[in-house]
Amino acid sequence: MLAVNNRLVGMAFLGPALLFVLVFVFYPLSQLIYVSMTSESLLGGGQFVWFDNYIFAFADRSFWSSFLFTLEYTLIITPILMGFGFLLALLVTENRPLVRITRGVIFMPVVIGLASSSQLWVWLFDQQVGLLNKLLVDIGILDQPLVWFNRAQLGLTAVIISVVWKVLGFGMIIMVAGMQTINQEVVEGSMIDGASYWQRVRWVILPLTSRSILLATLISAIGSMLAFDQFYLMTGGAPRGHTFTSVYWIYQNSFVYFKLGYGSALSIILMIVIMIGAATQIAIQRRGERA
Amino acid sequence: MTAIATTPEIAKPRGIAKSGVFEAQPVGRSRPMAYLIGALCIFLITLMLTPLVLSFLASIKTPDEASAIPPHYFPHALSLANYVSVWTYQAGLWTYVSNSLFVAFLVIAFCLGLAVPAGYALARFDIPLKEVFFLLLLASMMIPYQALLTPLYLLFSKMGLTNTHVGLAIVHTILQLPFSVYLMRNSFEGVPREVEEAAVIDGCNSMQALRRVLLPLVLPGMVTVSLFAFIMSWNEFIGALVVMSRETSFTVPVMLTGVSTGRFRIMDWGALQAGVIVSIIPCVLIYLLLQRYYVSGLLSGAVK
Repeated sequence: MLAVNNRLVGMAFLGPALLFVLVFVFYPLSQLIYVSMTSESLLGGGQFVWFDNYIFAFADRSFWSSFLFTLEYTLIITPILMGFGFLLALLVTENRPLVRITRGVIFMPVVIGLASSSQLWVWLFDQQVGLLNKLLVDIGILDQPLVWFNRAQLGLTAVIISVVWKVLGFGMIIMVAGMQTINQEVVEGSMIDGASYWQRVRWVILPLTSRSILLATLISAIGSMLAFDQFYLMTGGAPRGHTFTSVYWIYQNSFVYFKLGYGSALSIILMIVIMIGAATQIAIQRRGERA
Repeated sequence: MTAIATTPEIAKPRGIAKSGVFEAQPVGRSRPMAYLIGALCIFLITLMLTPLVLSFLASIKTPDEASAIPPHYFPHALSLANYVSVWTYQAGLWTYVSNSLFVAFLVIAFCLGLAVPAGYALARFDIPLKEVFFLLLLASMMIPYQALLTPLYLLFSKMGLTNTHVGLAIVHTILQLPFSVYLMRNSFEGVPREVEEAAVIDGCNSMQALRRVLLPLVLPGMVTVSLFAFIMSWNEFIGALVVMSRETSFTVPVMLTGVSTGRFRIMDWGALQAGVIVSIIPCVLIYLLLQRYYVSGLLSGAVK
């Protein structure tokens, strides 16, 4: 009797959260699947068209170009974030005052909004008033201020620089945590064996932080595949839509062209890609819990 | 270029690290090595702070100087005119700040109200299919909320929730709930069962045990949930852009997109940087005050 009572009390505590997720995640999800098979538009329509939107998406050059652009962005920025993140983690793992301050300062932009940091960097990159341009000219890297946002590759470079500044600390802090759990005796043992610093990094620290690195990589890659703010605010898709990301293209279709059915089909395609990544992430996290 | 410029600096320890090992000491213990690491740290701090410092300096220039071509690094005259123009922008800065704050506090309330009982139930009660329910609650972690914005927009239109604080707070709660539930479950599991049993023996029912005995013990978890809910909600952009389409219901990040195009379609750079500074200050302050909670929360959410 007590156990049954207990169950009811437990369900009562769990109920509100479950209800919230059912109403605001699973119901919209079912709607998303339904709408993706209609020609629904804010301007009318709404016939059931089965998989027409999906077939259209696969033939849509703009969809593929935005998807490949997002993939390119992810494939470039993730190794930069993880590589520098790892090197910085090596530098700031110790707990001495100056090192701790450095760690705190590198991590600080992580708490700043991506929208705010994008507005800051769009100004730094501006060809007329941008101080980064001026700095690059003053130290002799550039001859004259660059127009960063009228070519897709330059715009991409500018966005990557700004996002690296903003989120570098995230991967770094995860790897610092991984490094701090390494048993010091293992490291000292390798030192007695005469391993040089970089041998130690390569054969001891790197393998023992591989799970942290993998997790940081996945979280970071998923975030990059969902990039929107930085491109919406910095490049605005320019030039000629060459810097539309997947989410940007979905936003554009759903909320600018009002093609809700098509936007939903694109959302589902993106969601499947993301779910594969997220499932991998959760699998690694769960394996870590048992270990 | 900033990122690439750091390469030679970071690679530097390579050469000298060997001399540290030569004396069989951990890196950074030998004197030249310590100086080098110190110099590297100061270089990195400068690199990371420069954009923020330049933005702040631009915000206190006179509006003319902030838009001067070519630009100056340092202001020649100090002025609060840029802040005044953000303060009086359209409906007034306070409208947007209070929208952001109100939404953020609703998100905190929703996250705590849902995740604290759910975490308690998951940690302490013998519920059938418990792990399935737990995974259902975490499922929205796998479904990108950006993909749900279209159906949510349709749902909110029907429910009259577009352009409302509650509507946007719901979107932000969807985003933040999995982490909150996860963290609260861990917090409750960290409390020894004996504490609760003692309370029950003393005549508390489970509600009283939760309120009087357990809540104070899981307070650090609740602080972390609130902290993340606030920072996420204050900064979130695409949800706010979709849900809040009316000028007077904009949050601060959405308002900034308007400031950047300026009143006469001319870029008002000084005002934009003043707006950036205003939007950054709460996050940086909270981070400086509660850094420990923030970093440990991030790690428990990401790594464990």
